[in-house]
Parts: sequence; C-alpha cells; structure tokens
Amino acid sequence: MDLAIKLIVFLPLVAAAIAGLFCRVIGSRPAQIVTCAALLIAAALSVFVFVKIGFGTEKLIVVKLFSWMESGTLDIAWALRVDTLTAVMLIVVTGVSSMVHIYSIGYMEEDPSIPRFMAYLSLFTFFMLMLVTADNLVQLFFGWEGVGLASYLLIGFWYDKPSANAAAMKAFIVNRVGDFGFALGIFAVWMLSGSVGFEEIFGKAPQMAQMRIQFLGMDLPALETACLLLFVGAMGKSAQLGLHTWLPDAMEGPTPVSALIHAATMVTAGVFMVCRLSPLFELAPTASMVVTLIGAATAFFAATVGLTQFDIKRVVAYSTCSQLGYMFFACGVGGYSAAMFHLTTHAFFKALLFLGSGSVIHCLHHEQDMRKMGGVREKAPQTFILMWVGTLALSGIGIPFILGNGLGFAGFYSKDIMLESAFGVHTTVGQIAFWLGVIAAFMTAFYSTRLMFMTFYGKYRGDHHTWDHAHESPLVMMIPLYVLGIGAAFSGLVGYDWFVGHDWQHFWGKSLALKATEEVLHHAHEVPLWVKLLPLVCAVAGIALSYYYYVLRTDMPERTVRRFPGLHALFYNKWYFDELYDAVFVKPSLAIGRFLWKKGDGATIDGLGPDNVAARAQDMAGMLMRFQSGYLYHYAFVMLVGVAGLVTYFMLSAR
Amino acid sequence: MTIGLGHYLTVAAVLFTMGILGIFLNRKNVIVILMCVELMLLAVNINLVAFSVFQGNVVGQIFAMLVLTVAAAEAAIGLAILVVYFRNRGTIAVEDINAMKG
Repeated sequence: MDLAIKLIVFLPLVAAAIAGLFCRVIGSRPAQIVTCAALLIAAALSVFVFVKIGFGTEKLIVVKLFSWMESGTLDIAWALRVDTLTAVMLIVVTGVSSMVHIYSIGYMEEDPSIPRFMAYLSLFTFFMLMLVTADNLVQLFFGWEGVGLASYLLIGFWYDKPSANAAAMKAFIVNRVGDFGFALGIFAVWMLSGSVGFEEIFGKAPQMAQMRIQFLGMDLPALETACLLLFVGAMGKSAQLGLHTWLPDAMEGPTPVSALIHAATMVTAGVFMVCRLSPLFELAPTASMVVTLIGAATAFFAATVGLTQFDIKRVVAYSTCSQLGYMFFACGVGGYSAAMFHLTTHAFFKALLFLGSGSVIHCLHHEQDMRKMGGVREKAPQTFILMWVGTLALSGIGIPFILGNGLGFAGFYSKDIMLESAFGVHTTVGQIAFWLGVIAAFMTAFYSTRLMFMTFYGKYRGDHHTWDHAHESPLVMMIPLYVLGIGAAFSGLVGYDWFVGHDWQHFWGKSLALKATEEVLHHAHEVPLWVKLLPLVCAVAGIALSYYYYVLRTDMPERTVRRFPGLHALFYNKWYFDELYDAVFVKPSLAIGRFLWKKGDGATIDGLGPDNVAARAQDMAGMLMRFQSGYLYHYAFVMLVGVAGLVTYFMLSAR
Repeated sequence: MTIGLGHYLTVAAVLFTMGILGIFLNRKNVIVILMCVELMLLAVNINLVAFSVFQGNVVGQIFAMLVLTVAAAEAAIGLAILVVYFRNRGTIAVEDINAMKG
C-alpha cells in the first residue's frame, strides 16, 4: 500500500524527468510512451488505493518519507497523507491527467516540441499529486506553487505567441496575490497552533477559535482571520471573483492544458484546500460566510459573462469559473462532501467539454470563434454526441424520482445536492447562495447549449477551404473522450450514495469536518420538493430558451442585444474587470516601474556611478592615447630617456 | 702623446651617440635605423676590447666576438624583415611605419 502511494506520486515525476531531460536523445514517441505509461500505471494504482481507503476499514494512511526542515519548534516532514479526501483527488487527478496525456498525442501531433509538452504535463501531475497528498501546510504550499509554475509553463507553451506569454505572466502574477494571502494564512496558523501538520492543527482548532490576533493594527478573532487569509489563496488558485481574471486568458495555452489544469485539477485545488481544512472553516462562521458569498457571486458573475462570449474555449472557461463558485458556496455553508462530489463530477464533464472543444478546434484547423462554426456535427458526429453528454451533465439534466435518487447525468446529482445544502442551512447567506445558484443554473444551461447549437447546428459560417478539410479527430483523441464521457454520464449516479448519500460517513471517515457535514446533509435531504425540482426546471428552461434563440429564431440574439445594449456590453466586456485592474494596478505599476528605471536607475545610479566612472576613465585613456604615435623612434627615445634616468639615479644614489 | 683608455672610450662614446642620434633624427628609411643599431653595437665592442686590453683580461675580447656574431645575425634577420615588409607595404619610409599608433 505504501509502495503504491509512493509510486502514484513519483512515477509522473520520473516520467517528466525522462521526457524533459533526455528529450533530445529519445525523441517524441518514446517521451509520449513513457509519460502516458507512467500516468496510466498511476491511475490504475489510484483506483486500487481509492477502493482500499474508500471502502476499507483503514481510513487514513500516512507514508513518512523524510524530514524536510527542523528549526526550533518548527518541524516539517515530507509525508504522503492519504485519506478518502485525498483518494478522491488521486482518482480525479491521475484519471483526467492520463486521459489528457493520451489525448495530447493526437492533439499536439504537429507540434515541434512534443517531449517538452509531455514533460510539463507530467511535472504538473506530480505537483498536483504532491498538493493533494500533503501532510502539512508547507508541503501543500510546495505543491501549490509547483502547479502554479507548471501552469505558467504550459500557458506560455507556445512562447512565440506574445498573447500566450502575456497570459502566462498574468496567471502567475494574479496567483501571487492569492499566494501572498495563503502564505500569511499559513504563518497565522503556525503562530496560533505552533505546528503546520494537519493532525496537530485540527487537534488545536477549538482552542484556536478562542484566540485573538493582531493583524493590520486591529484586534481580530484569530481563526476567522487565518481562514480568510487561507481563502484568499484559494480565491487566487480557483479563480474566484476578484482574482478570476487570469483564468479566461489562460485559454491561450494548448487545449489539453486547459482541460487538465484550468478545468479539472489545478483550479479545484482551492476547493480541495478548503475541504482539507474544513475542521478549521467549520469553527469560523464569518469566514465561511465570506466563502459562501464570494462563491455565489462568482457562480452568478461568471455565468453572465459566459452568455455572451464567442470564443468556444472562453465559454467553457467562464463555465469552469462559475462551477467553482458553486463548489465554494457549498463549502461555505458546510456542505464539504457536496463540494467534493461536484468537484469530482465536474472534473469529468468539464474535461470532456474542453477536450471536445479541442476536438472541434482540431477539426476546424484551430478555429476557436463560434461565429465561424456551425453544422460541425456532420463532420464530427462522435464529438457531437460526446459534447452533448458533457453539456447535459454540466446543465444537470436528469429524470427525478426513479431509482430512488433519480436517474441523470453527473451534474444532475452534484449540482442539486449543493443547491439543496445551501437552501437547507436556512441562513440569509445560504438563501442568497441558493437563489444566485439557481439563476446561474439557468444561465449555465443556456450558455452551454448555446455553445452546442452555435457549433454543431445550423449552417457552417466559416470559409470553404477549412470546411472541406474538416474531419473527425483520430482514435487516440476519441478514446479519452469516450472514457471521460462515461465518467460524465455515470459518476454522479455511482458516487451519490458514497459522497452525499447514506454511506457518506463510512466513505469519508474523518477526512472532512464531520459535524458540519452531517448537519448540512441532513437538512439537504429534507428540503421541500420544489427546491429539489427548481434547478432541473431552470436547466430545462435554459435549454429551451437557447434552442429558441439559436436554432429556431437565429435573429433573436441580435434583437436582444439591441434591446439591452448596456447590459450586453457589461457582460461581453466581463464586467470591465480587466479594464478596472488595468487602470488601478497595472498602469500605475508600469508608470512607477518606468520612473524608477529611467530616472532612478538610469539617471541617478548609473549616471553617477558606473557610467560616470567609466566616462572619466575613457577621457583619461583618450589623453594617454596621444602618446602612442606609432613611430618606432619615439618609443626608442622614451626608452633611452628612461635608461638615462635610471642610470643617473643609480649614479647619484650610489654616492 | 700616448693613446690611453680615455681616448678609446671617447671614440666609442662618440660613435654610440651618433648611433642614437641617427635613430632619432632619421626621417628617411628603416635601413638607416638598422645601420645605427649596428653602429651602437660596434661602439660597445670598442669599449669591450679597450677594457680587455687595458685590464689584461681576454674575456672582453671573446665577448666582443660574440657581439659581432649576434650583430651579424641580427643584421641578416633585420634586412630579411625589411625585404618582406617592403614587399607587403611597398615602402620602408619611417613615417609610414606607424601600425602601433593608438
């Protein structure tokens, strides 16, 4: 068991090292084989570990590797902590990652630097596994920064594209803001509990809730402050409102990257972190309230933006942002198991949607604008069907009342249980989250089916040359789609009882905050019937409206835009967040930087320091240069004068 | 009047000074410089021989022979260099040889 866990985590690292360091020696094909094989083995082992932990009696395994640092009372060790929460993440990460690896063989076929790409993907997987198996906050932070690095490298993978470089830097810098908060949160937790190991922190959580802390000159409740700071980190990584601006731009990276990092795994790290620290958040009601509000606001905000975008990947990106908002408000109200459930199902169907979009983009020769698509189902029928599976899963479509819990796609179960949790807690923020979530569910159904209708239905709107060469993706790209399609269709049905149904206590063990989860799940199962049905009704209504707008009456979108020009401009321009940040942060920073560069560094330091000294030395040299006439007899004359001088000196001094 | 050591040294000093002045005042060509160097060497030889005779020590004369040999070799090499230089540059005028100018 220990060996299996070690292999899961370190196989991707080994594969990344082989593919990355020896890529010039071994070439593309072996690099693909090594990385894919490593990931497939890791995925198979993850299933084994998941079954052992999730359904066995041993609910927690800690594999100690070695001591990392010891300084005074600070003692940090490398250890792999595997409980159900981690086991679920292992399945998600290795499962989606292995599929994306295989998919990349087809998608990146024509790229000149395949080994580098595969190495980055595997490296990312390693860091992500390190993150989810962390046994203490510092190790979590190591994985956290590692995935940030891998994300940066992969967004900027096509480094000859200026927009990709800009997007990579933006992702990195925005994440620094969140990571700053996260680091402060870790410091705060260490200050309060004297430890960074999860076991010790959770043990001291009740005492920490009583403490107070001085922060920014204010006297604040300690645990609330620490949780809020940690949540700032989660906001950065999971692209929540305020720190979300990097996620849509991150779509500049290759599509498999978007599927793996910016949909299924890395962006969910924030949700994972909040769930991992749920024993702390459980005792911090104010912080949880903030989590709920931010999550709900993000779910709503991102859905509104998703309605108007035309880039196929950006629509899916905003959808991801919105779904992450759902997960956070579920965490905020205490429905940690519901959030993890949605995280899992979302990983499958969102990766499916991204890889499906990638398949469409591949089919149409890197066309991403949906205005230049249409009718693609003729050319890519399999992708078409699988995209429908993903879309229905995202919209949360299913048939209620049959088979006990109803029968539906993955999102049907997970989105419902989150909304029911929010409604069930009967607090004001819970209600706000519920209603924003329901509206967002309507919009989700609308924009995701809009994507389907604009892409696959109607007439093709691009140029004929592309259309004639359009083709269904190769088998190596379709197999991952099918696997993820199965996950998107059935993961909700299969997982419901374990994650949030009556087996949840046995399944989760002690890996989540028990008290809050029990309360929330209890209430969530007891909500009125209309609450259970409302999300489904909204989703169906959204799909119907979308069908009306984009298939039956294709002039309606135009007319609606003309009717509400202000609102459309607001949504289309992403609520002007980029413009606002540009004016408030980016421009002033650039101005300060330019001032310090030109005036501070250039004029003052260089002008008076090195440049000045160099200039004087040059003047001197210029003067001395005139002595060098180049005529032999001048040199000889100087030599003679020197010898005469020397001889005279010795003669005089000898006396 | 007997001819003593001072006379010999005076002749040598005059020859030596002529050699030096020849090097500095010469504006014509490099062969003159070469000849002046020879002249200076010969002045030194006279000194050596004079001292040798007046001190009754034969080493000075042997050393003078050595200097002559070296001077001959040097003249041969110097002239050879000059010939090559003339082939390359087409001139051996002193004014034109200033490749070392800074």
